[in-house]
Amino acid sequence: MSRFLLPLAVFALLVAVLAMGIRHAPEKGVIPSPLIGRPAPQFALPDLADAAHIVDSHSLAGHWYLFNVWGTWCVECRAEHDTLLEVRKAGVVPLVGLDWKDNDSDAREWLEQLGDPYQVVAVDHNGRAAIDWGVYGAPETFLVNPQGIVVYKYVGPLTHDVWTHDILPLVPGHPVAGS
Amino acid sequence: MRRQLTGALLGVLLALGGARTAHAVDPTQLPDPRLQARYLALTHEFRCMQCQNESLADSPVELAADLRAEVRDMLLAGKSDAQIRAFMVARYGDFILFRPRFNARTAWVWLAPGVLLLAGALVCVRVLRQRAALLPADTEPVQEDART
Repeated sequence: MSRFLLPLAVFALLVAVLAMGIRHAPEKGVIPSPLIGRPAPQFALPDLADAAHIVDSHSLAGHWYLFNVWGTWCVECRAEHDTLLEVRKAGVVPLVGLDWKDNDSDAREWLEQLGDPYQVVAVDHNGRAAIDWGVYGAPETFLVNPQGIVVYKYVGPLTHDVWTHDILPLVPGHPVAGS
Repeated sequence: MRRQLTGALLGVLLALGGARTAHAVDPTQLPDPRLQARYLALTHEFRCMQCQNESLADSPVELAADLRAEVRDMLLAGKSDAQIRAFMVARYGDFILFRPRFNARTAWVWLAPGVLLLAGALVCVRVLRQRAALLPADTEPVQEDART
């Protein structure tokens, strides 16, 4: 009797552990960011539109913004571009771009051709700012509150669903506007 | 003509092969051998976040090169290993450590092997005891090949 009971119990335990693993398997291997709930990293980088102008993170304090890391070399950034334009059109949160390890003229051309969803784009040539944000694969999008705290992070191309279901409800005064 | 071509191709291959063995992915050399040793230990200890089963030291992707440069700069700036680890964890989380720190969330990672070993040992002891209990019933001396 107990000859079968014990192996069965062990087997059941194994199934439970593996099922837990499958259930909690994050999509596309998303890794929780330690930045959530912590102050957004500071930076002062050249403006893509005008290299003489510096985009300083201090100037972003006091309002909500979406921080979007992209590059023209990034295929999935092309995939999320329409969603970014939708975000801009909604006018709820401004998009602040970080052009990661990119060529400035390529980036300007990209925005000219596809439309510019950003309020401002900071240029991160050597990738140091991206490291401070814990970026490991573009596109990545962070939601930062007026106190400068990172409240949400999304890895991968932003979609209409993520924007309306995950991000919009986090911004107070802007409940989900249909879908 | 054909021979020249194969010769040239072989030359290119040899050159590439030579370059690979000289320094696998990371050609970084720090001035001080002790710093170099710490650099190697640290870059092998951090996970490349893009190709997640490779260390920073082994990964050819650009982000890994950038993070290696960060490690190098921090070492040259006199930062301690603990400070460098803290820098990485603050940005990328515990996940970047191949050897996770012991805390409430990672406890099972460290404890599970011991628990499993103990469980295995218990099963082993039980089975051996049961077999030993069968022995006294079998006291007949073994006949050496009685058939022939």
